[in-house]
Amino acid sequence: MADEQKPEGSGAPPPGGEAAKPPAKPAEAAKPSAPAKPAAPAAGAAAGGHAPPKPPPVMAATPWDSELSRDVKERFGDRIAEASTYLGQNFFVCKPDAVISLLEFLKLDADFDYLVDITAVDWPKRPERFDLVYILYSFSRNERVRVKAYIPEGYKPETAVGVHLTANWLEREVFDMFGIEFAGHPDMRRILLPEEWQGFPLRKDYSILQQDQRWVQENMGIESGQ
Amino acid sequence: MPEQTFLDSTELVLNMGPQHPSTHGVLRVILKLDGEKVLGTDCIIGYLHRGVEKIAENRTYAQFNPYVDRMDYVAAISNGLGYCLAVEKLLNIETTPRAAAIRVILTELNRIASHLLWLGTHALDIGAITPVFYCFREREEALKIFEKYCGARLTTHAFRIGGLQYETYEGFEQEVKAFCDMFLPKVDEYEELLTNNRIWVGRLEGVGILTADECKEYGVTGPVLRAAGVKWDIRKALPYSGYEKYDFEIPIRQNGDTYDRYIVRMQEMRQSVRIIRQAVEGIPEGPIMGKVGKVIKPPVGEAYVSIEAPKGELGYYVVSDGSTQPYRVRVRPPSFVNLQALDRMVRGGLVADVVAVIGTLDIVLGEVDR
Repeated sequence: MADEQKPEGSGAPPPGGEAAKPPAKPAEAAKPSAPAKPAAPAAGAAAGGHAPPKPPPVMAATPWDSELSRDVKERFGDRIAEASTYLGQNFFVCKPDAVISLLEFLKLDADFDYLVDITAVDWPKRPERFDLVYILYSFSRNERVRVKAYIPEGYKPETAVGVHLTANWLEREVFDMFGIEFAGHPDMRRILLPEEWQGFPLRKDYSILQQDQRWVQENMGIESGQ
Repeated sequence: MPEQTFLDSTELVLNMGPQHPSTHGVLRVILKLDGEKVLGTDCIIGYLHRGVEKIAENRTYAQFNPYVDRMDYVAAISNGLGYCLAVEKLLNIETTPRAAAIRVILTELNRIASHLLWLGTHALDIGAITPVFYCFREREEALKIFEKYCGARLTTHAFRIGGLQYETYEGFEQEVKAFCDMFLPKVDEYEELLTNNRIWVGRLEGVGILTADECKEYGVTGPVLRAAGVKWDIRKALPYSGYEKYDFEIPIRQNGDTYDRYIVRMQEMRQSVRIIRQAVEGIPEGPIMGKVGKVIKPPVGEAYVSIEAPKGELGYYVVSDGSTQPYRVRVRPPSFVNLQALDRMVRGGLVADVVAVIGTLDIVLGEVDR
């Protein structure tokens, strides 16, 4: 632990994640050593809307047109918000309530029979706070596709366990780290952290130094883990 | 309900781990038993959770590079390769041919080292003590090459985003070739000890069967999937780092039991030697670093890149917000996903086979818990 803290204290990027970024800026800018450093705050400033009011940069994805994307669009209509490709990787963005039927369609009709991963990304400033990301692969087509849905805080997406058994642990991890609860999941418990742990570490408002102090004191018999 | 007599058996709950030596680290399995029969399991994991994905969000792309070695620490080079490839994809660059060839050599050597550790400990769990000494003897030779190349044996941090930091040392090619020549007869030696050994076969055959359909359903990849008859290897299916240039086979077996997984991994080591020999013959001349700026700052976007790690599909889903730190790094760990199938594999079997099945899954808890 002590080792991990040192690099943070001694300069470079701020420890507190998003929250601690602005106060750390002047210190970084003042440092003559690295011309690279100001670049990070500059990007952050663009997102935060400083002097030059630039719109926040977005992913330069291009529309994805293929037999599959047309099929899916035809079938799901306006429940598919986007079918795009970025760096040669294809993805659908769909309405949160359409995810499971889309996964089912992709599995049964398009042979995407392997659910590689489920994960989430936290964007606290957005009204739909989380990206829910499903990565699928098809053995027969040798092709990967991602399914994304934007969900607000507190929304309970339906579980994918009925479509892919592997979703069980993957969804538990998403719940553990982001606090996204999956409706209908057979065993919605934390998986990596202790069950009584408070807080969801991969949310952006959870600082990297933050801990559940009460849990640490009660279970480890020490004042603090820091 | 009839009154219970002393002949009725009741469900016995047995805690295995987290300190049990055959759990290969700190895995705790709660076994529900009826006598010797396993009725169900519950895996308790997370003892080694260090919040690697959270750390990533608070480091620059280059700073996070050494951390990935600490996940699957017996195959650190594979971890590093996956991460570097993912960031390179986000930057939309490719490394140089020379760096790619050296990466392949080191990654395959690491696959051999990882499989050797698996074989040694797996045999030890089953009760065969000799193989572990043999395996560590040869693994040492591979680790010596890593040490000479980059100064570290286990958590190597061998690759950099865009290429390599170090040029190969004097005599690297000769030593790698010598390792290959030395190693193949050793695989024969292991096989002589185990492949037709009656106790070995008796303990492994028909144990922990996972069919191809079940593998896909559980997202299980790597040797476990191939032992169930699915000819799928990311090095062939979606080649990276120039694997398409090398001529090698994907070993498969049909039964999907513990014995078949043993055979598949043994053959994989032979195939790795085959790849290394081809790669080391024609390492192209040229720079070892691609065109990467001093500051790594990928444009806003996301990418998922995965490689065939010794344990299965190791994927990195990296999201960039245009700054010098990754906005999100998700690691798709093969061990974590494969471990989920443990319950399916041991249910209905004998309690003694649980040890064999944990061994054959080849999990590393550093990667399960991250």
